[in-house]
Amino acid sequence: MRAVAWHGTHDMRVDTVPDPEIINPKDAVIKVTSTAICGSDLHLYDGVIPGMMPGDIVGHEMMGEVVETGPESTLQKGQRVVVPFTISCGDCYFCRKTQYSACDNTNPADKQDMSEKLYGHAMSALFGYSHMTGGYSGGQAEYARIPFSNVGPIVIPDGLEDDQVLFLSDILPTGWMGAENAEIEEGDIVAVWGCGPVGLFAVQSARLMGAGRVIAIDHHPHRLELAKQQGAEVIDFRRTDVRDALMDMTGGIGPDAVIDAVGMEAHGFAVDNVLDSVKQTVGIGADRAAALKQAILSVRKGGRVSMPGVYGGMVDKFPLGAFMEKGLTLKTGQTHVQRYLKPLLEKIQEGEIDTTWLISHRLPLEQAPTGYENFRNNQNEWTKVVLKPGMSA
Amino acid sequence: MDDDTRKKLWIGLPAIGAVAAAAAIGGSAALRNARRDRPHDSAPGWTTHSDRFGKYDVVGRAVTINRPRHELYAFWKDFQNLPTVMQNVTSIQPTGKDGRAVWTISAPGGRSVEVETEIVKDEADSLIAWRSVEGSDIDTEGRVEFEDAVGDRGTKVQLVIAYKAPGGEIGRLLAKAFLKEPKIQARHDLKRFKMLMETGEIATSAHSRTTGE
Repeated sequence: MRAVAWHGTHDMRVDTVPDPEIINPKDAVIKVTSTAICGSDLHLYDGVIPGMMPGDIVGHEMMGEVVETGPESTLQKGQRVVVPFTISCGDCYFCRKTQYSACDNTNPADKQDMSEKLYGHAMSALFGYSHMTGGYSGGQAEYARIPFSNVGPIVIPDGLEDDQVLFLSDILPTGWMGAENAEIEEGDIVAVWGCGPVGLFAVQSARLMGAGRVIAIDHHPHRLELAKQQGAEVIDFRRTDVRDALMDMTGGIGPDAVIDAVGMEAHGFAVDNVLDSVKQTVGIGADRAAALKQAILSVRKGGRVSMPGVYGGMVDKFPLGAFMEKGLTLKTGQTHVQRYLKPLLEKIQEGEIDTTWLISHRLPLEQAPTGYENFRNNQNEWTKVVLKPGMSA
Repeated sequence: MDDDTRKKLWIGLPAIGAVAAAAAIGGSAALRNARRDRPHDSAPGWTTHSDRFGKYDVVGRAVTINRPRHELYAFWKDFQNLPTVMQNVTSIQPTGKDGRAVWTISAPGGRSVEVETEIVKDEADSLIAWRSVEGSDIDTEGRVEFEDAVGDRGTKVQLVIAYKAPGGEIGRLLAKAFLKEPKIQARHDLKRFKMLMETGEIATSAHSRTTGE
């Protein structure tokens, strides 16, 4: 089959590789019909995620048709499913607490050492996202092996198009959990850093959760426009001092909750951000956290910080004093996708949530390298790329 | 293994119970001795900064498995099950003599090493301890303990293995085969044990059977 493989920094290729097969009893194999490039795939593209090997098949936002099932899979051939990017066993202590992304059992034993050393605990497995999170082949391919298929995939009823439900795989639940972690109360003012897909869905989710005002921060005019369409006021950080603006827009109080939907490769003009960028480039693990720092200084006293943005290493000059003195709360984590699939699918079915407006480009799988390049370099226009393996090149 | 080494380990190996027994019996002298040998914290002996106890290297690891004690004990009790989760053990064959078994361990260059063990302690649903018999190539002792975990978390499983690295040419080969990264080996083995018991399968990121990639 054909699949998108990582070959190094800014080097994604479409390779011919062996077809996936059923290996464990709970496995299924799907024929991929839609698979998206995620903002976090850009961290792979930029070479800042450790544990990648040339030839690794990438992609963790996928859906398709079940074509093979193992003896213990609960899926049936012919079903259409959306697959969560988190691989979870459903049986361990964490899965039973619905903390699916903390699953103990899906990351193969010999792949757990790296995260155990780096983070103190081994991480669960994710599709197509380095050997630190299992080394599983991803979904930007014609076919994908789905381990623990009885826990993850959600069956999509007839009448819903791929484009309506694909984002259940990651960015919709991630934006939703980002808003949930902000513990929004009716009438709250919520500020969201980053109008990428997750930030935009966090804006949408925050409104649905009762936020009185949502203020979105980015520098791409088109992305700010999309945020406005979802009911946000917007700040362009290239022309405006964000903290000053937020303070005055909130009458000197500061937002009740802030959401960092940017993560480890934040843009920033401060000296420390430039230094961190250099450290990141030479691989000594400094995450650039300009957005998070700004969010912590802007949020009101006693406010909440939610961090759906991805970080992988250390942060220098974290404003810990501000964090403690202001009495803030931080909630974060990889998304517990399985927890949100059913309720969010229902909201899509009822027309309460639509996510199709995000998609700017639909490309055949063969054009994945073009998709990566533009999603990274032309962020204003390329807001979301969906690859369609069935589309002729 | 001498008693002194066992005392330093405090918890884990078969004869260690002697110290606790002495303490339990009373007698102030025995208590004092026990206290002297006992660390002043509650941590398992193998988590000290040193992993050498006399001539022995010791590795230990605890894991919580969301299954009842008797199920885990039953799996472990049948040594022939263990190669499923122990990556470097090819087979464990009972020899028919009171709990004795021969472990075949894969070594570099397609070779293999054999160690014969005997069961020294077996308490239903609680613990199994074994040690190599006199004249074995590797002097080793192991112990696995099962206790109810707090709350509804299932069972806490503790594995401790002590071994003395042999000398000479054969020693170097054995060290490579069996003793090279025992800490990592024990960690991986317990994780595979947990996966199998909790989910019924051992996670693999293999993509295809034929290429294994």
